[in-house]
Amino acid sequence: MQSSISLSLSSPSTICRSDSSSPAAASNGNVNLLNPRSLRFCGLRREAFGLNSSISMRRIESSSVTRRPCSNRILASLSGNGAPSKEFDYDLVIIGAGVGGHGAALHAVEKGLKTAIIEGDVVGGTCVNRGCVPSKALLAVSGRMRELQNEHHMKSFGLQVAAAGYDRQAVADHANNLASKIRSNLTNSMKSLGVDILTGFGSILGPQKVKYGDTVITAKDIIIATGSVPMVPKGIEVDGKTVITSDHALKLEFIPQWIAIVGSGYIGLEFSDVYTALGSEVTFVEALDQLMPGFDPEIGKLAQRVLINPRKIDYHTGVFASKITPAKDGKPVTIELIDAKTKELKDTLEVDAALIATGRAPFTQGLGLENINVQTQRGFVPVDSRMRVIDASGELVPHLYCIGDANGKMMLAHAASAQGISVVEQVTGKDHVLNHLSIPAACFTHPEISMVGLTEPQAREKAEKEGFEIGIAKTSFKANTKALAENEGEGIAKLIYRPDNGEILGVHIFGMHAADLIHEASNAIAMGTRIQDIKYAVHAHPTLSEVIDELFKAAKVKANTSSPAAEPVAA
Amino acid sequence: MSHLLQSTFIPTTPTTLRRCSVFPTTHLRKTHVVESKIREIFMPALSSTMTEGKIVSWVKSEGDKLAKGESVVVVESDKADMDVESFYDGYLANIIVPEGSSASVGSTIALLAESEDEISLAKSKTLTTVSSSSQETPPATVTEEVSPVASPVAAAVSLSSDAVKIASAIHPASEGGKRVVASPYAKKLAKELGLDLRGVVGSGPNGRIVAKDVEAAAAAASDGAAPIGVAAAALKPSGSAPAAPVVDLGTTVPFTTMQNAVSRNMVESLAVPTFRVGYTITTNALDSLYKKIKSKGVTMTALLAKATALALAKHPVVNSSCRGGKSFTYNSSINIAVAVAIDGGLITPVLQDADKVDLYSLSRKWKELVDKARAKQLQPHQYTTGTFTLSNLGMFGVDRFDAILPPGTGAIMAVGASQPTLVGTKDGRIGVKNQMQVNVTADHRVIYGADLASFLQTLAQIIEDPKDLTL
Repeated sequence: MQSSISLSLSSPSTICRSDSSSPAAASNGNVNLLNPRSLRFCGLRREAFGLNSSISMRRIESSSVTRRPCSNRILASLSGNGAPSKEFDYDLVIIGAGVGGHGAALHAVEKGLKTAIIEGDVVGGTCVNRGCVPSKALLAVSGRMRELQNEHHMKSFGLQVAAAGYDRQAVADHANNLASKIRSNLTNSMKSLGVDILTGFGSILGPQKVKYGDTVITAKDIIIATGSVPMVPKGIEVDGKTVITSDHALKLEFIPQWIAIVGSGYIGLEFSDVYTALGSEVTFVEALDQLMPGFDPEIGKLAQRVLINPRKIDYHTGVFASKITPAKDGKPVTIELIDAKTKELKDTLEVDAALIATGRAPFTQGLGLENINVQTQRGFVPVDSRMRVIDASGELVPHLYCIGDANGKMMLAHAASAQGISVVEQVTGKDHVLNHLSIPAACFTHPEISMVGLTEPQAREKAEKEGFEIGIAKTSFKANTKALAENEGEGIAKLIYRPDNGEILGVHIFGMHAADLIHEASNAIAMGTRIQDIKYAVHAHPTLSEVIDELFKAAKVKANTSSPAAEPVAA
Repeated sequence: MSHLLQSTFIPTTPTTLRRCSVFPTTHLRKTHVVESKIREIFMPALSSTMTEGKIVSWVKSEGDKLAKGESVVVVESDKADMDVESFYDGYLANIIVPEGSSASVGSTIALLAESEDEISLAKSKTLTTVSSSSQETPPATVTEEVSPVASPVAAAVSLSSDAVKIASAIHPASEGGKRVVASPYAKKLAKELGLDLRGVVGSGPNGRIVAKDVEAAAAAASDGAAPIGVAAAALKPSGSAPAAPVVDLGTTVPFTTMQNAVSRNMVESLAVPTFRVGYTITTNALDSLYKKIKSKGVTMTALLAKATALALAKHPVVNSSCRGGKSFTYNSSINIAVAVAIDGGLITPVLQDADKVDLYSLSRKWKELVDKARAKQLQPHQYTTGTFTLSNLGMFGVDRFDAILPPGTGAIMAVGASQPTLVGTKDGRIGVKNQMQVNVTADHRVIYGADLASFLQTLAQIIEDPKDLTL
């Protein structure tokens, strides 16, 4: 519940993941207040931040957690990694070289900190190796398959294409090659900046003391960025062949004729897109009463009409998969479904494979948290709004931070990276609180879904509590020239805003390239830009971005333009 | 600037996805006489420029209860998709315009019944509406005699109905048929086609029902249950010169269900190693017999079927069938399927136990089958149970051709025209005899050259000395 503080929202009950019968899942629902996003999305910074300024400043912080202006400045070394302070081996040690740790490390070097990153497995973590990156490779394939298989679509372009087919191994290789490539990019970007990559399983021995392998090192500040693993509810036996998690599915070792996907959130939805494009039939098992919980209901409804109904997909809602037995001895995978409320056995499914996509559980075991009196909450490391770790007695642990999936605030790769940067800002003396409501999320189905900020029900709840009105504006891709040129008129964009002051509360997009379109809105939220100002920004014609332009123009804001048209610039 | 450029494309008001309601009005129209409590749902005008709308999806299905204000249907206009709400409580009785189809603004797209009892009433109303409108088209001309015309791809349709075949494979987990195990797409298809999955036998893993089973079952069902009015014109007139087909040249036409079934079976047939053996048979005796008993209602088809059946009785291996390639079955009865071309496909009515039934009954049976085929009222067992197929193109003057073996059977015989031929006899004379060529295609996994040769020899003996046929 810690996280609710930073989000200033009470926990909406509608967003817990499917299969919330299991304790871990329930916790998931509670901890990820706004968006229980189970698949992590990458916000990779491909290039290390260059050290263009010849002098980087570094501040040495006092041990007090309250930020004190500090005048004790020293010059950092000019080349990459900073020089350590005398008492410690490193200024900053990050446990876990996923996207969160990588983002933090790069920013730390930029700020002149001597930085080390500890990784017990492979650099890149879930996102690069078992998450967003390989899944994007598969989704790129599925998008093209869909286009080629859509005869009607091709015909309307005047194109004739012979039957499209695919080579499973080559598709799997594409995903694997992409992951290796991104992994080496990530490693190189850290090496070139002089970040020490320490190999071994990292754990905390005591305050400012970390152990990896048999080596003990000291650091002024420590960031835990250990991420998460797929969550498997009890009763489900994962054999890695016919009952699988996203880790196995991304290897695409076989394409079942019929696969059940347990959980209809991001992971499930994206995999349904991949599997149906490659010829599988899909059955969703969702614990809540509707598919795609967590999405804005209106977007979810439209998405269901486009992504579920016309495809070879059926679904069972309001049921838990209480028992899943892998296929063996010629028997198919069996899934027992029990009613989510009455717990009575409702149905048994027999399928060729089952993918467990019920969310992700924090990977915090063996971290040595007991050495510093920190108790995880259902596996998550409790933190405050500045990612500072809170111990069992409710006190802040000095010099210890936790970012990313391990704290459960927002289980997205780019959120972890943003949190890491926020932490580095703090340890270098600048107070920084990350606004999680400005972090966008996307689901890379065909077409894509993206969102930032609040959903309509969340906004209404907040509006009622705080006593303001909300306005809704919508635009359709059907009215967009570029979308029509692409024959992709399916989709809407939706804006939730405050008519009284023009504040953007949330933007939801379903349509072609939605994931790329959301940033105009997320940046506006992050910068605090109001609709009455952004509506005068110019968009190139004809582009999909005009969908968002229309959206801002469609909003009816009562407030006047806060800053009259920008100063004319001589051309 | 960009705003100006696009002004023709984008409505100034955000019209997207707004909700609007249509009054299922009760005003009277000539063809839709609307009584008390059955209301029509019309295609609404969602924008000033809209002339017709496409039904994106029906949110409700037939029989669903509707509350006032609930979304019933999603309509795509020239601008956006919109949910259309009902202004009345009631039941969605009948969907007249299906998903994916378009209708002009103001036309009836569905009927709304006030109570559950009135659903059937509403449905019957639609029937009247539909049939009355179809009367406007001139009645199709139908020739009386249906020829047993067939193409080389004879009997393709009969095979499409594996689904209707003996339910030997009950799914192990189906609890003796209580549970239906069907793949998601199979279920979706069945719902669209209005098919009850309980009657469908699955061919997927563990006996699961998959999409092709549903398609096959639906093809079978629709062959039997198509409305009479449509089917009447379906059978091709025989003999007469075929009228130039009315088709739009240069267009690509999607397969009908029947064409799909044929296509699938034809491709499937490539998995069977077949070979062909031909034979020339003198038909003078058969022709004179036919002349004699024609007045008693005997048809040439029945004669040929009978002769073939009698020959098969002596060569059971030719009447066998091989499935799976590891074993084969000597079929217990001799059922002769005869390919008949009908508009938009072909069908193979089956003369059951042709070796046992007498010629006159066989002829009557054949007439009955043809009448039913013409009305598209054949039951699956009447066209799926053939063990040997006859395909005759003789009436077109074709002297010889080659047929494709329908999967699941052992052999098919292509029969050419019988025509006067100059023949040299053993004693050195020259004479004229009526001869026809037959060509049998068979599955060489079970039927070998010698089997076919001796079968054809027997058949030739029977036809050349046809006295046994009338026994």
